[in-house]
Amino acid sequence: MKEIQIAVIGAGPAGLAAAIELAKAQGNVTLFDENTKPGGQLFKQIHKFFGSSEHLAGTRGYNIGKQLLRETEKLGVNVILDAPVYAIYPDKTISYSHQNREQAIKAEKIILATGATENALAFPGSTLPGVMGAGAAQTMINVHRVLPGKKVLMIGSGNVGLIVSYQLLQAGADVVALIEAAPQIGGYGVHAAKIRRAGVPIYISHTIQKVMGKNEVVAAQIVQLDDNRQPIPGSEKILEVDTVCMAVGLSPLTELAWLMGCEFAYIPQLGGHIPKHNHNMETTVSGLYVAGDITGVEEASTAMEEGRLAGIACAQALGLYDQEKAHTLKKEIWNRLNTLRTGPFGKIRKFAKDELLKISREGTA
Amino acid sequence: MRITKHPILGEDCEIELVTIFVDGKPIQAKKGEPIAAALLAAGIRKFRITPKDKNPRGIFCGIGRCTDCIMTVNGQPNVRTCITPVEEGMIIESQIGLGKWSDKE
Amino acid sequence: MKQGIKYTGTPSWEELESAPGRPSQQRLEKGPVAFIECVQEIPCNPCEKACPFQAITVASPITNLPRLNEEKCTGCGICIASCPGLAIFKIDLNYSPTTALVEFPYEYYPLPEEGEVVPCANRWGKFVAQGKVLKIKNPRTYDGTSTIAVEIPKAFYLDVRTICRKEDY
Repeated sequence: MKEIQIAVIGAGPAGLAAAIELAKAQGNVTLFDENTKPGGQLFKQIHKFFGSSEHLAGTRGYNIGKQLLRETEKLGVNVILDAPVYAIYPDKTISYSHQNREQAIKAEKIILATGATENALAFPGSTLPGVMGAGAAQTMINVHRVLPGKKVLMIGSGNVGLIVSYQLLQAGADVVALIEAAPQIGGYGVHAAKIRRAGVPIYISHTIQKVMGKNEVVAAQIVQLDDNRQPIPGSEKILEVDTVCMAVGLSPLTELAWLMGCEFAYIPQLGGHIPKHNHNMETTVSGLYVAGDITGVEEASTAMEEGRLAGIACAQALGLYDQEKAHTLKKEIWNRLNTLRTGPFGKIRKFAKDELLKISREGTA
Repeated sequence: MRITKHPILGEDCEIELVTIFVDGKPIQAKKGEPIAAALLAAGIRKFRITPKDKNPRGIFCGIGRCTDCIMTVNGQPNVRTCITPVEEGMIIESQIGLGKWSDKE
Repeated sequence: MKQGIKYTGTPSWEELESAPGRPSQQRLEKGPVAFIECVQEIPCNPCEKACPFQAITVASPITNLPRLNEEKCTGCGICIASCPGLAIFKIDLNYSPTTALVEFPYEYYPLPEEGEVVPCANRWGKFVAQGKVLKIKNPRTYDGTSTIAVEIPKAFYLDVRTICRKEDY
């Protein structure tokens, strides 16, 4: 069987950043992705990113994607696309399919950067054509330049719901309303303010009751919720829409970490079951690292930093960096991560992340 | 419906077209785009009928995970149309239930 | 209904008043100036670097709200397109004896034309008054974000923050 030094699984922001750091350290890195193009979800992010201006804030997501790809190319990272990894074995043998053939390769170290997947909400009519994930709509409008519908109801006011609503408007659709079951908006106020200026109503304490239609969506019924999140009779409203998008959170894609026998912790604020890991992003399985949304759903900016961190720690473990050099580099990244995890939004994630590190260290779940 | 002009992405410059056949009807698709995008652009949203309750389904996740958008492509059933690129002359059929392999395969 | 950006998606007047990016009334009277409607502590600081006159400070931690030094601010408007949250505006209260100028970021298609009279809207997307498009800027450095300056009746300088989108897509 072919043997390689380092395998990175997932070519999104975390995986690309990890591969770049490893290549910079003269590591021999192979990057796998199931898609035909690298970049993960970066290429559908057409808005300018927040963060520090020193680290690409103010740059649109897809341009950050292009920069990362240029760098991987320049550094000569071996990228295998159209290659879903479906199993990893305890000896770090990786099974994947590529060009309709099953293949296996053995790696010394593995970094999992598999990302996350959108959650779904079930309600009468939720399977009708025209009901879809907000991310699906975002892919269609921003990557393939096709409108999935003209009149949209968005469910969920986290940053995904707010940003995709804005981008649907930019693509020429009409966002009829955005609803949120919680009594407040979940995402950044500035994102909400953008769509409010465009006249999109935001209904907090509202949920969807049903979607009507025979072959596709023709209308949706929403209802107001009381303080106990129970529907208030008589507050139902029927909205004429042809598309309903769900932006109700994401869950880490952890199948490969389960297969490897990693220990997990359940942290709801981070999206559910997360592989335990230490400050080096190494899991309870030696030589297996994690980075990005698999370690808890956050943002592309934090995913890239975590990718770098995993890459440097992995390079250190392989002896590509000495202690001192690795320590300096890792400290810089931790400083940036801690900065990104401040403020009323960031500190919730910081708290959850610290909790996860603590659980991982102490070995209790 | 195609988004030809966009405030951020600019004009769509990818204009190389291929012809695909959806339930026998020829449709123009952009070279390399996923089948699902071509169908949505042509106003087709119903991709298949479920085996048990005969309910319609279309795209849901758009990234190849949920398998709601599967159709029969060139005689092969259960193809995820959201991640399978179109090819010239491709024959795409709405899938009824679990689908059937064509004799050609 | 509860007021405030967390509940309505629009900053309340109280939030705007206490924002350190808001210029004083005296400064507004003096001439063009930035009006930063950033009221939530999120990790973000491109505006700080964008200002050629060091009139905006975020400092550390980067979740600080941007602080406007209204004496240093020349009202050049370069910061408008730098804000990923599209939360910076420019106000020239005394553009003429009867009109004010409001400049705002705009990322929709199509753009209006300079000289065109267009319906202007407030933070809620509601029509406020007709305004005349004075200037549209969209240099490469703005990376796709246009800024539009409209001339509006003076009374609405605190209300008008955008134009109604054109429906003829």
